[in-house]
Amino acid sequence: MKQTAKAASLSAINLLFFALIGTAVLASTYSLTHERIHQTEEAEKLKLITQVLPPTLFDNNIIQDTLPIPADKQLGTTDVTTAYRARLKGEPSAVVLESIAPDGYSGNIYLIIGILANGEVAGVRVVSHKETPGLGDYIDLPKSPWIKGFDGKSRAIYTDADWHVRKDGGKFDYMAGATITPRAVVKAVNKTLQYYAENREQLFAAAPPQPPAGGKQ
Amino acid sequence: MSAQEFKDILYNGVWKQNPGVVQLLGMCPLLAVSSSVVNGVSLGLATAIVMALSGASISPIRRYVPNEIRIPVYILIIAVLVTVVQYLMNAYMYGLYVVLGIFIPLIVTNCIVLARVEAFASKNAVLPSALDGFAMGLGLTAVLGVLGAIRELIGRGTLLSGIDLALGDVAKDWVLHIIPHYNGFLIAILPPGAFIGLGLLIAGKNWLNLRAEQKKMQGQPVAVTPVEGGCAPASH
Repeated sequence: MKQTAKAASLSAINLLFFALIGTAVLASTYSLTHERIHQTEEAEKLKLITQVLPPTLFDNNIIQDTLPIPADKQLGTTDVTTAYRARLKGEPSAVVLESIAPDGYSGNIYLIIGILANGEVAGVRVVSHKETPGLGDYIDLPKSPWIKGFDGKSRAIYTDADWHVRKDGGKFDYMAGATITPRAVVKAVNKTLQYYAENREQLFAAAPPQPPAGGKQ
Repeated sequence: MSAQEFKDILYNGVWKQNPGVVQLLGMCPLLAVSSSVVNGVSLGLATAIVMALSGASISPIRRYVPNEIRIPVYILIIAVLVTVVQYLMNAYMYGLYVVLGIFIPLIVTNCIVLARVEAFASKNAVLPSALDGFAMGLGLTAVLGVLGAIRELIGRGTLLSGIDLALGDVAKDWVLHIIPHYNGFLIAILPPGAFIGLGLLIAGKNWLNLRAEQKKMQGQPVAVTPVEGGCAPASH
């Protein structure tokens, strides 16, 4: 019995020793890379944002000027998302919203939508989707420029009836054989614009987070 | 380590005991990420690095780890190494990190890594162990690369798509459109393509072995040795 206990505690100490070394290695790797990881992630976010919003339209640090948006039916979101607020010389110029088209051909289509202050679409991009490759995936920019058809459109120039694909009597193109996918995207963009129109004030109103060092905004 | 030993280990890992088409270990990433050359080769190389490092770090401690707890200790070390590789990829190859996603941390559970540590590194010196891990990793990379090439070519008509994710924007124009205006052959990209492609590769390897054997002993009847399967360390 004593022998077993001794062997067991020896094993435990051995295991603990390796766990400690492993933790030390991990901790040092983390401290060496986390700064760089953070930078890369922010750069990647900014790259995505500038795809739906020309960088000439804002001069604030858009990555920091964010507002959490609770899950919303109109946006199709089921979780808190982030709105990025673009300002030019302190004036609100545009907002970037995340939105989900829940009725794609296979699963959710995740969108990021840039909306100018006057309600016009600055740009839409598909962040991720599971539509059939080669059929429904023309909503993705590398595959086709279809998604650029939203640029400059707004609920001011198009009525609700226009916000459909041509097959349904609307103004948006689609490709024969794959109507469900563009239908879902058009619907989602329209709903997001609606959401923007109804929540415009709140979206820009909340003061941007102050810089930690008490600097001015 | 003699030159002959060096050659044997390399030959074993890349060809004779190839983890992808002979030992059939590490099937999960093999089938999941081999949808393009770049994905396959990247994950293969990440695995090779982890295997070389785990061989090198487990071999020197092999005498100090009690036999009963060697597996948890090995897994612990492999997990640490994988996480280090994951951090580095996240920091320096972000695009690829996103594409490979969950399959980077899953290298820990790739049984080929543990299998080589248990079968080789726990019985051999540091240098041969590191080399064995790396050679096995290279063998896996080769299979992933070939399988990725087959699936990408048949499925999309391109090669090297996504290379800019691995090497940065410079490589954006390196994508080869082998078959222009190709409409794609979906099944090659989807999971069934991986199984069919791997089956063809294994058959091809067996055929080459058979032919070599036949040449060696002409006139004698040849028995095909069945391929070893399952998640058990193969002896060699």
